Amino acid sequence: MKKAFALLLTLALSASVLAGCGSSKTEQPTENNDTQAEQPAALSGSVATNGSTSMEKVIGALSEQFMADNSGVTVTYDATGSGAGIEAVSNGSADIGLSSRALKDEETASGLVGTTVALDGIAVIVNADSKVADLTVEQIAKIFTGEITDWSEVGGDAGAISCIGREAGSGIRDGFESITGTKDTCVLAQELTSTGAVIEAVAGNPNAIGYASLSAVEGKDTVKAVTVGGVACSEETVLDGSYEIQRPFVLVTKDGVALSAQAQAFFDFATSADANDLIRAAGAVPVAK
Amino acid sequence: MEMENALRAPLRGQVVEKSRGSNGGPASGRKRSGREAMELCFHLLFLLCGVVAVAFVLFISIYLIVAGLPAIREIGLVNFLFGKTWAPTATTVEPSYGILPFILTSIYGTAGAVLIGVPIGLMTAIFLAKVAPPRAARIIKTAVELLAGIPSVVYGLVGMIVLVPAIRKAFGLSSGACLLAAIVVLAIMILPSIINVSETALRAVPQEYEEASLALGATEIETYFRVSLPAASSGVATAVVLGVGRAIGEAMAIIMVAGNVANMPGLFTSVRFLTTAIASEMSYAAYGSLQRNALYSIGLVLFLFIMLINVLLNVFIKNRKED
Repeated sequence: MKKAFALLLTLALSASVLAGCGSSKTEQPTENNDTQAEQPAALSGSVATNGSTSMEKVIGALSEQFMADNSGVTVTYDATGSGAGIEAVSNGSADIGLSSRALKDEETASGLVGTTVALDGIAVIVNADSKVADLTVEQIAKIFTGEITDWSEVGGDAGAISCIGREAGSGIRDGFESITGTKDTCVLAQELTSTGAVIEAVAGNPNAIGYASLSAVEGKDTVKAVTVGGVACSEETVLDGSYEIQRPFVLVTKDGVALSAQAQAFFDFATSADANDLIRAAGAVPVAK
Repeated sequence: MEMENALRAPLRGQVVEKSRGSNGGPASGRKRSGREAMELCFHLLFLLCGVVAVAFVLFISIYLIVAGLPAIREIGLVNFLFGKTWAPTATTVEPSYGILPFILTSIYGTAGAVLIGVPIGLMTAIFLAKVAPPRAARIIKTAVELLAGIPSVVYGLVGMIVLVPAIRKAFGLSSGACLLAAIVVLAIMILPSIINVSETALRAVPQEYEEASLALGATEIETYFRVSLPAASSGVATAVVLGVGRAIGEAMAIIMVAGNVANMPGLFTSVRFLTTAIASEMSYAAYGSLQRNALYSIGLVLFLFIMLINVLLNVFIKNRKED
């Protein structure tokens, strides 16, 4: 009796392992009526994207649309951070690297090519219960370098400020520090490794201040984005440049290495004007005309 | 009769000799050498498995030494081990590669976790092995085993959501992610290993020791602490070694609660351990760069630490045994 039961259970579990196999998509597009050119042969295979955690929503929207249009292709996204994404495309373990900062000189010198696909505002976030609503870039710089240590100095309730930042290879950290002029001088209370972790840390600590991508912060009510110099962070202010703290979303590829057909198709789709609405909906500012 | 001979003669050759001698016939001789061949096969298989284990350890050691030495040579051993700043990606100033903060943090963190975890673990083990009524013991043992099976990420998650805000509120800090949070999480993580091994060691203490002690007039508590525990000391030392090994090697749980800033350790400062130093930077350190090689060197230092602790504790066990 026990043996029979054990055997049955084993068979059921093995069957469920096999249930994951097979790549059939239950929703086939009934008609391919978008403005893309009809591909002569259906694309198939996988596209590996790797990098910035800030670009999660944008890449999510783009890859969902691309996979719906090309049912044989799987687009994967590894949220490892801009530095890791650049390294991945450099050593060939990813097709397209995602970086939320412009490439550095030594990176372009080593053969990497960056294509800007969108602009993103870096929202400076505080806890939703904080009284502070506006900070200037100088105040933000002083807070993060440790010159201003108490919230009462910038208009909030008294309390020691806790600065939450990102790891050293992060794209958003690079963008934030170069615009606020705090490179190598930030005094952080925590160095976290993803956008989501920063938002969670700020949401859980009334004394915390941090920075995260606008696309990740929009619509969240646990954190509040302060206005920088009176300018709120939104797609319009990022596009016309009035919101100072912004950086590009860059697709990184390797010069001289041809992308696979499906990866090239995804790249072309992401940088084309067809993707603008998706990028806008995800919270970033498209640059394709 | 043949079985007795086979059992008495430990050498394989002698077994073959004796069985050939007692039975003669070529058919039974072939059957015997067939069985001998099987024996040989299995002995070789076991030897292979053992060699694989040794080979892995040797391979890892050699790889770590080969990968870790170039950076130490370039940075300088003293600068590397005793430098107080770690800033490999600095662009406005010279990058610095000092890992003293990580070494001290790992030492303090492990020591703190052991200081909290070992007494609690030992007391629980004594409770489970000696004092508890069987039903309570079963329930607690199940709970301990469940604790042992929880993945470290879950510990980190619970630490981040519950422990870090609690520490922040309790001590009035600006951020609760500090060495204290890491020590508490590590202490809870090493409890199951310490409890399980200590309990087994305590149960293995011969009852005669305890009965003798009780007969001589000692109370039960005196017996447990002065007779059972010393008798089980080598098992307890093994438990501590296991606990220390787990604590010093933990990366995932503490990356979420310790704050990860490369500061010199203090109980309420945000700190980075040797393990989290490697984990946070390995993904984006470019191949061949000094930063990546320095991370390999950190791995080498960690490895040497663990070897050192194991050797020290084993020497300690041997000394206790000889006492």
